[in-house]
Amino acid sequence: MSEERQDESLHVSVDTPAKSVPTEYLTQGGDFDEIVAAAREKGDETIVINMGPQHPSTHGVLRLEVELDGETVTSIRPGIGFLHTGIEKSMEFRTWSQCSTYVTRMDYVMPMFNETAYALAVEKAMGIEVPQRAQILRVLVMELNRIASHLVAIGTGGMELGALTVMTIGFREREMILDFFESLCGTRMNHAYVRPGGVSIDLPDDGLARLRTVIEWLHKHLPEYAGFCNENPIFKGRMCDVATLTLSQAMALGVTGPPLRATGYAWDLRKKQPYSGYEDYDFEVPTWDTCDAYGRFRVRLQEMWESLKIVEQCYDKLESTAGQPHMVEDAKIAMPGALTLGSDGQGNSFPHVKEVMGQSMEALIHHFKLVTEGFSVPAGQAYQAIESPKGELGCHVVSDGGTQPYRVHFRDPGFHHLQSVPTLCEGGMLSDVVVAVASLDPVLGGVDR
Amino acid sequence: MTDIEITPKPTPVLTRQGMWGSGPGDVSGFGGISRPIVRHVRASRPFGSWFDEVADKLESLVPGLADEVNTEHGELTFYIPRERLLEVVRACRDDAYLRFETCQSVSGVHYPDEEGAELHVVYHLLSMTHNRRIRLEVTAPDDDPFIPSVTGVYPHTDWHERETWDMFGIVFDDHPALTRILMPDDWDGHPQRKDYALGGIPVEFKGAQVPPPDQRRSY
Repeated sequence: MSEERQDESLHVSVDTPAKSVPTEYLTQGGDFDEIVAAAREKGDETIVINMGPQHPSTHGVLRLEVELDGETVTSIRPGIGFLHTGIEKSMEFRTWSQCSTYVTRMDYVMPMFNETAYALAVEKAMGIEVPQRAQILRVLVMELNRIASHLVAIGTGGMELGALTVMTIGFREREMILDFFESLCGTRMNHAYVRPGGVSIDLPDDGLARLRTVIEWLHKHLPEYAGFCNENPIFKGRMCDVATLTLSQAMALGVTGPPLRATGYAWDLRKKQPYSGYEDYDFEVPTWDTCDAYGRFRVRLQEMWESLKIVEQCYDKLESTAGQPHMVEDAKIAMPGALTLGSDGQGNSFPHVKEVMGQSMEALIHHFKLVTEGFSVPAGQAYQAIESPKGELGCHVVSDGGTQPYRVHFRDPGFHHLQSVPTLCEGGMLSDVVVAVASLDPVLGGVDR
Repeated sequence: MTDIEITPKPTPVLTRQGMWGSGPGDVSGFGGISRPIVRHVRASRPFGSWFDEVADKLESLVPGLADEVNTEHGELTFYIPRERLLEVVRACRDDAYLRFETCQSVSGVHYPDEEGAELHVVYHLLSMTHNRRIRLEVTAPDDDPFIPSVTGVYPHTDWHERETWDMFGIVFDDHPALTRILMPDDWDGHPQRKDYALGGIPVEFKGAQVPPPDQRRSY
């Protein structure tokens, strides 16, 4: 830029005749000097900020295009797709069982829910029901996972407000749960534990003792969050009356999960449309009536206690059903069974290898067929919705009678809820955008799939 | 557009042969097995449980539609011609007896072998008042991929329809901003269509090569 022009741009007086200036600024870039000069000439205070996709407060790779007047948000548009990995397309080229390793990677903070939604949808399309112990194990891992997911929501949400301790203790408790998952199925995350037909493996020998440790740990440490946050004036100052969403707005936007329950409506699919035997458990559906980010926080906090109640009931049920099958008994569906966690972390079972290689020709055939070809699902479609920590998680499976899905679609709650970001944020402050997004708890792995 | 829309008919669209898929090498005798694949089977009355009441109510509000029904797996599906989709969803939302407040999911399915109805859009409606779910299925031919947008009735289907456009190339008429959502803006093609290759490279092992997933043997 020449010195002359620079000089001119620095001394814009009110008398300067208005030139035609662009009314919109592109977030893609351009000559910044020109943008500044044009803005100065135009005289309004609109600032366009491109928040994300690498911003630490966007829970992954979410892009928010924000228009600001001073510090007030006048327009906000979420942009997604940065984590799209084509999971739904890839699944069309895998067997029904292999797909559970794909779905678990969608929303990686609640893998057990992705797997269960998928498994239940496939089972519905096949018309089979899994044994009782498999259902108990599914409920157990889902409720533990719900606590872990809420801990991440509360922890990272707190961290974004500057409450770093909430995050550090949140991840401490979550680690206890992930340790339990690791002892159960070998991995902290991406478990592929819940599969069509049941669960991949029964509790290990010391499983109940480990579960007892986790339950006691959570009983001891969950009250800390209430102590840190509930009446904390800074926390309440940031959360109360921020990102409000009333019941009628929630209905118009199809919002479910904690944001809906924070409007006072006790809609919970575990109660309303029970699956996996949830009707046999005793728990409450917590609600709050403030419709704001604080209400969503309190709902999540209370839900962790309710989940813990369910986990304790699972403990008793697992004790009384020891030794029962954890997979359907149909040898044409159940993956070759009795896999145990070896010292190498792999799932080889020497009794099973001995059986198929030396004793039972039929078992060998079933093993071979299931591993190479998989089982087939009758032609048709099924939709199964479950209550994930974030809201309704739906799985729509379509089969054409083959051994691979014809089409699988996931209705992720985060994908759906991010549409309500403009409703939550417009007219509020820029600092409240972070609170609003955190209160929806989207995980971009699930949003983009 | 003609008055009568082509809806998928419950005729076999595919016949699976044998136990191990098609091709040589099957000497087991199972090659004689033949299984026709039938999609979109129509149910006949009575449909059972609350399905009949909902179908009757819908019939009284939007006549002539309630017989194209599928009730498999305890789920109620209505096959709706696309010209009447808006009428149906408006009735579903506004009628006090139906009252499907939300459309929780929209997904596309591509059936290249169903001539004249290759593209399907599946809507999953939820009624919280009555605690019911129904499914609406709408079709469009590949060479005329237009379906009216339901965003005027259910604003929250905005992103779902954008995703379906992005993945299948189905154009939702009157959608406020039908742009790509998951794929980059300048992407070519619509990845979830069956004629869009998965892509991939062979997996190399020492002394062996495994073909990419879409070229492996499937059953």
